[in-house]
Amino acid sequence: MKSSYNLSAKEIVTKISRGESSAEECLSSFFERIDEVESRVHAFITLDRDAALQRAKEIDGKVKRKERLGKLVGVPVAIKDNLCTRDVRTTCSSKMLENFLPPYNAHVVEQLLKEDAIILGKTNMDEFAMGSSTESSYFGTTKNPWNLAYVPGGSSGGSAAAVSARESSIALGSDTGGSVRCPASFCSTVGLKPTYGLVSRFGLIAYANSLEQIGPLARSVDDLALLFEVISGYDQRDSTSIRASTQNYSEFLREDVDGLKIGVPEEFFGEGVDERIVKIVWKGIDCLEKLGASYSEFSLSTVKYALPAYYLIATSEASSNLARYDGLRYGYSSEVGSDDWSTTFSNNRKKGFGAEVRRRILLGTFALSAGYYDQYYLKSLQVRTKIRLEFEKAFKKFDVLAGPTMPILPFKIGEKIDDLLALYMCDILTVLANLVGCPAISIPCGFVDSLPIGMQIMGPMLGESVLFRTAYTFEKCSKFTDYSPKL
Amino acid sequence: MSKKITSVVVFSKEEFAEDVVIGLEVHCQLTNLRTKLFCGCSSEYRGEQPNTHLCPICLGMPGSLPVANRKSVDDAMMVALALKSEIAERSLFFRKNYYYPDMPKNFQITQYDQAGGIPIASGGEVSIQVNHENKQIRIRRIQLEEDPAKLVHLGSIDTSPYTLVDYNRAGIALLEIITEPDLKSSKEARVFLQKLRSILEHLGVSDGKLEGAMRCDANISIKKGNRVEIKNISSFKEVEKALNFEIARQRAMNSRGLKVEMETRHWDDVKRVTISLRTKEAEHDYRYFPEPDLVPVEISKEKIAKISQIIPELPDARLDRFVKLYKIPSYDAGVLTSDKAMADFFEECIKLYPDAKTISNWMMTDLLRWLHEKDIEIKEAKVTPQHLVEMIKLIDDGTISGKIAKSVLPEILNTGKTPSEIVTEKGLLRIASRKDIELLADRVLIENPKAVQDAAVDEKAIHYLIGQLMKLTKGKADPQLANQIIKEKLKKQSKSN
Ligand SMILES: [Zn+2]
Repeated sequence: MKSSYNLSAKEIVTKISRGESSAEECLSSFFERIDEVESRVHAFITLDRDAALQRAKEIDGKVKRKERLGKLVGVPVAIKDNLCTRDVRTTCSSKMLENFLPPYNAHVVEQLLKEDAIILGKTNMDEFAMGSSTESSYFGTTKNPWNLAYVPGGSSGGSAAAVSARESSIALGSDTGGSVRCPASFCSTVGLKPTYGLVSRFGLIAYANSLEQIGPLARSVDDLALLFEVISGYDQRDSTSIRASTQNYSEFLREDVDGLKIGVPEEFFGEGVDERIVKIVWKGIDCLEKLGASYSEFSLSTVKYALPAYYLIATSEASSNLARYDGLRYGYSSEVGSDDWSTTFSNNRKKGFGAEVRRRILLGTFALSAGYYDQYYLKSLQVRTKIRLEFEKAFKKFDVLAGPTMPILPFKIGEKIDDLLALYMCDILTVLANLVGCPAISIPCGFVDSLPIGMQIMGPMLGESVLFRTAYTFEKCSKFTDYSPKL
Repeated sequence: MSKKITSVVVFSKEEFAEDVVIGLEVHCQLTNLRTKLFCGCSSEYRGEQPNTHLCPICLGMPGSLPVANRKSVDDAMMVALALKSEIAERSLFFRKNYYYPDMPKNFQITQYDQAGGIPIASGGEVSIQVNHENKQIRIRRIQLEEDPAKLVHLGSIDTSPYTLVDYNRAGIALLEIITEPDLKSSKEARVFLQKLRSILEHLGVSDGKLEGAMRCDANISIKKGNRVEIKNISSFKEVEKALNFEIARQRAMNSRGLKVEMETRHWDDVKRVTISLRTKEAEHDYRYFPEPDLVPVEISKEKIAKISQIIPELPDARLDRFVKLYKIPSYDAGVLTSDKAMADFFEECIKLYPDAKTISNWMMTDLLRWLHEKDIEIKEAKVTPQHLVEMIKLIDDGTISGKIAKSVLPEILNTGKTPSEIVTEKGLLRIASRKDIELLADRVLIENPKAVQDAAVDEKAIHYLIGQLMKLTKGKADPQLANQIIKEKLKKQSKSN
């Protein structure tokens, strides 16, 4: 018999609700798996075993009493550590928030609990979600389960690794410029950056508010849709939340891409994209064509402006979001006191933030400064509008756009840590969806030298259904999501 | 250096010097809202324990998000319409970034008119009356923002050994009303603020009389010199003092040939001086940018039409009505309507006693003078319209004299007792019996033989004797009767001589 940790979330739900397995048994199986591999993968910052066990028992009681059961009954979920969990420390992988105990749950966490999911713990990430490798975490680097010498991607590296290593059934990440899709691609899991506003950001510790969305990570499109169904929907506590009608996303999971029009921007395969990735992703597109879709190549001329615009907007917002961590109200407080605010604040911030966070705060502060605002921040907003318009136009012609998620293969831990520009360049294909606000999914598409490759499929605003259908069809045909790392 | 100068400044009463230019930034709390601007915390923080009206949102706790209070937008629209400002169809919230303990997030959510920002309303004007002349003060813009926390010092900010922070006030809805530099004197500034406060009170959006509910910053320059901003003026009573000080300081600088620096100064209401906070070079760069957690405020034409229908009568209209309906002088009507409570008091009185002129006279003279002397508002005084009317009726029916009434009024204001109670307690009933007055008059004549003698040739002596009679009766004698009786008795005496 398959160990519970190898089951899909859907299978777990079925087994538990039918009484074929208890939530407690299932959870123990995951904890056994965690005990087996976590010391090598280091996906988690905090494991909440007691609370998880307690919840599993409660759920079993519900099953016994034949009460209504939630959509994720008994499914263990890993939560990125920038999502607030009541009384469970939420660190953003920063020394700044090493001991932060939120007094409330993020909206998505509430939704998970409402649907009877079990929260396993909090996963590692790049500090304040700034990075593509999980190397900037104050709590050490997470390893890629496919090859422990490699990075899992980032910033939601812990969540992707936990799912990939089967330490958790499903997981939540957040995606500001690719932070769900990049690790999904590097760890061969499925990951979605939803339409901006579909998932409430209430309880997500902000990096760049206008760009980011909380997104699901799973081993299959099935589970991904199930988790997305639970976390999406209107929430009045987030003013940017949209009142879209709630969807039963699982209904879109049909093996049917007949007549689907795929746009393939040549820029997605242009300079800087690894030739081996180009080949593999084209194979994926060809596969979709064989299944009934058609594709045509075209040019998205604004793509080349996306990365600088993204970094300026993201760091500008970050410089303001992170201002509250001054050691007086929030964050690390150094012992050295001073009579003067500025000195005290600077001291605390210098010691509480890691190098990458400080760098981005400086960059953002600079971009918003008088005399530079127009040429940097405002210009970036104009670029953003241009990109949006070009995407709108493209989606009039095509149902989806396809290309690689990442331009490069997973890299070795430490390999790019000093090559900032190369690291920033990694985001070139993912930041587009964040600038536009449209949904994008990364789905396993093959391997190069036993390292995973992901294909990115982007859809129009609120086009999650077509993404799910396309990804599902591709998954059923390619079967890459059946592969798992040997640990 | 500035401190040295301040110590030798002599206060002078500044009156409408042509070279003075003043602009105000008035911060008015929307006190009719029950909650803060972006969270559900109660806005009634006055008199509460410090740091008890808080939640993750107004504390800027990581992961929390602001949600704009819809009613604050309605309030802002009402004010905009009252000030004839143009309401923006779509306005934006911006972040104003600065490191200071008064904002939990180290930024303030406000609105802005530059860097692509659009405030909720722009333009407009307020008419004021100074020295019987009308003047229009232009409004530059109106914006919604959150109030910072209250910083508490022990005595003066300069010498306090600590700063305490009370976040109860952080996040309270503020309307910032910015004027053009149209004000010419500290008095105009005060009158403007008084008028503005009255408008807000008539709208029912802000009770400017609550402590700290109406605060302002002032920009002031003299003789086209550098502009100095004065912060922390906590009430419109303080504004006159702060501006007078600053005008005197700048004049003293000029007369010594010293240059007035472009700077920001702090009004220290304990030491009653302005203190330099920072110079131009050290000015904050607030790095304004659009607040990404809030959506634009959209206001439709229909919504504006709906709000305009619920705008109540405003001070200017009320003034006109007072003049037309009650036939009181325009100046008096202006004074009465410059304070909603005062105007309400007036009209309450008229309901009980229809002679508006008499009511207005009593209010404009004795009542106002007393309030000014005590430096309090009519709401704080213990007098009610019933009191004033009862007092006037006592004069009418001859129970007390007008002169006695003047001594009864302060007693009412101080104690809240009814006029009858006071009259009885103090034995102030008028002596109207001819017999009683005649007896007392005889005594006066006997005690003042010299005056009686002079009375035959000197009119003044007669008045002296009447005065003595009034004094003897502590003013309670009917003055006409007293006059008559003294004259009669003198006539009699001169005949008998
Ligand atoms: Zn609050």
